[in-house]
Amino acid sequence: MAKITLRNLKHSYLPFPTQEEHYSLKRISLDWADGGAYALLGPSGCGKTTLLNLISGLLVPTEGEILFDGQDVSRRTPEQRNIAQVFQFPVIYDTMTVYDNLAFPLRNRGTGETEVDKRVRDIAGMLDLSKTLKNRASGLTADGKQKISLGRGLVRSDVNVIMFDEPLTVIDPHLKWQLRSKLKELHQRIRRTMIYVTHDQTEALTFADQVVVMNNGEVVQTGTPIDLFERPMHTFVGHFIGSPGMNVLPCEVKGGKATFAGHEVATANARDFKGASKKLELGVRPEFVSFAKKGIPVDIVKVADAGRFRIVETRAASKSIKLLVPEGEDIPEGKSHLAFDTAHTQVYEDGWIVGARP
Amino acid sequence: MTLELRNISQRVGANTYIHDTSLVLENGSFNVLLGTTLAGKTTLMQLIAGIQKPTTGEIWFKGRNITRLPVQKRNVSMVYQQFINYPNFNVYDNIASPLRVAGMDAAEIERRVGSAAELLRLTPMLKRKPSELSGGQQQRTAIARAVVKDSDIILLDEPLANLDYKLREELRDELPKLFQGRDAIVIYATTEPIEALLFGGNTATLHEGRVIQFGPTSAIYRKPSDLLSAQVFSDPPINTAKISKRGKEIVIFDRVKWPAGRVEKLLPDGDYTIGIRPHNIGTAGHGKAVGAIEGRVLVTELSGSESVIHCDIAGKTWISQSHGIHPFDVGSNAKLFVDIDQSLFFGPNNEFIV
Repeated sequence: MAKITLRNLKHSYLPFPTQEEHYSLKRISLDWADGGAYALLGPSGCGKTTLLNLISGLLVPTEGEILFDGQDVSRRTPEQRNIAQVFQFPVIYDTMTVYDNLAFPLRNRGTGETEVDKRVRDIAGMLDLSKTLKNRASGLTADGKQKISLGRGLVRSDVNVIMFDEPLTVIDPHLKWQLRSKLKELHQRIRRTMIYVTHDQTEALTFADQVVVMNNGEVVQTGTPIDLFERPMHTFVGHFIGSPGMNVLPCEVKGGKATFAGHEVATANARDFKGASKKLELGVRPEFVSFAKKGIPVDIVKVADAGRFRIVETRAASKSIKLLVPEGEDIPEGKSHLAFDTAHTQVYEDGWIVGARP
Repeated sequence: MTLELRNISQRVGANTYIHDTSLVLENGSFNVLLGTTLAGKTTLMQLIAGIQKPTTGEIWFKGRNITRLPVQKRNVSMVYQQFINYPNFNVYDNIASPLRVAGMDAAEIERRVGSAAELLRLTPMLKRKPSELSGGQQQRTAIARAVVKDSDIILLDEPLANLDYKLREELRDELPKLFQGRDAIVIYATTEPIEALLFGGNTATLHEGRVIQFGPTSAIYRKPSDLLSAQVFSDPPINTAKISKRGKEIVIFDRVKWPAGRVEKLLPDGDYTIGIRPHNIGTAGHGKAVGAIEGRVLVTELSGSESVIHCDIAGKTWISQSHGIHPFDVGSNAKLFVDIDQSLFFGPNNEFIV
């Protein structure tokens, strides 16, 4: 297993990039500790797959280095890097048995049969595949096949890193829960460095200890799920993570106090605002908004039932503000007022949280 | 104007894809077919569209038997999970294609394409080819093509499944608005309970080729007709266990005693199955009747605002979903609390009782 370091990594698909926008991946430096669980999260086209392919060696970076345990591997082939990868669609041999599929990566590297047998049975046990080892893989369902793909990724003990590229996309929701918790459990048991690429916030947040949020070829924020939820550094993170995402409202800040549509709003960081910015915004998650006797006057536009809670859409000064109301609680009709939880209401300047930029 | 499926079934050789099914869908309604892969959602849609013919039974529309009517004569639109557009047409021509086939005049086509593009936020992309669009834009184009003509029936087969999470959220918000007040029957297939809930309208829960239950979405979610319907409509999966109710108590796992709460008076003593949705079992007690249980933690997933704890309780995996951050070590013991008044009770044949 290895510690992974990305140092000033840049990548362009053009042969002679000259401008910033020629780069699909713009200058990334990161340290990933040995044995950690990491997620790369972002929308389609944000550069997460490019980054994954650079780490696995399918692409050679235009600039910068990739280090495994301090050794530069930027120009090594995928085989030399010694990694395992699990893809979106199951990659298995239909004609082989489950056992032989799991054994394949080991035999391929010349592992002795005694060791192969031990490792295969170990991993099969962890994935609840022990009873089906003799079956042919062809008759399995999509999730059954993907389980074997996961097993093939996890079976070798000598890999530097295991990478997952949207491994649960083709799996039904109720089976996703099972496979995701299985994967998390396996990580806690075998403690190998794992990198999980996804556009699905639930998968990223529940799998990883550290989530790297990307947009437009850049890392916007790296943090624990709690950091990303409670203190998004950029409005993009606030919007992208959370369902529904953070409410973002235009505001003014004067004398350390924020106002939205003429109403003063207590915030966690308005007093840290120093200069003049082009754009000032308030960010508050729907989880931290509630109905109140006084506060910001709103019209209630829509109530959507999500089962255990309802998503209420309100409107104030032609801006939409959403809030979550738990099942069973009353929702006023027509007009009401909103209160924001001060500790979780932040001011953003030009997209970035006030007071955090060096 | 209603669509009626009368005792239809679909068999191919020895395989039955749809078992005896009857459904009545009203004009102007939004109907979700909810079920896992292979539950029969797509087959049902193809039968309604006329792409397949039922083995038995009849399909009636506007008081007419249309069972043998071919797809071309049914005035239906369909959107698939895979984005399907004409690759050599630009967005405008893609959206306009069904109108041109229908021989509509140019001015009307222009008006309709313009308004469909506006609704689906495609106006700046009208001149682009599908290959120059993102996945979300491609699927919007396919949806625009489905809504641009006055179809009697609009079928959407997991249209958001291949889209990014955030795009899915946006389109989930927009789709019902798109169909509001339309003179059509909309049928939407999905594997995701949350989509059915957020769309509102009606939901049919499906399992292995059978419609288990059909009705207003919120009623189906809160009063499932049986355990299977509740299982289809629960994400994360609903926790279940056999219990016996004795007076003021519920005995679960043959040893743990819980207060019966509201079912003390509602249920005669006897054996039942309890169904507890993950958000009704947490690290703190809620409600008037709280049942405590201990389990061995298999894994904890923290999402920033919520904790999902997977526990082994008497050999079964239970899932708890609660507010806040509650990290538990793997293998440790967690004490969890069940809101009994929010739990569902099923009888000996898994039929819903309370």
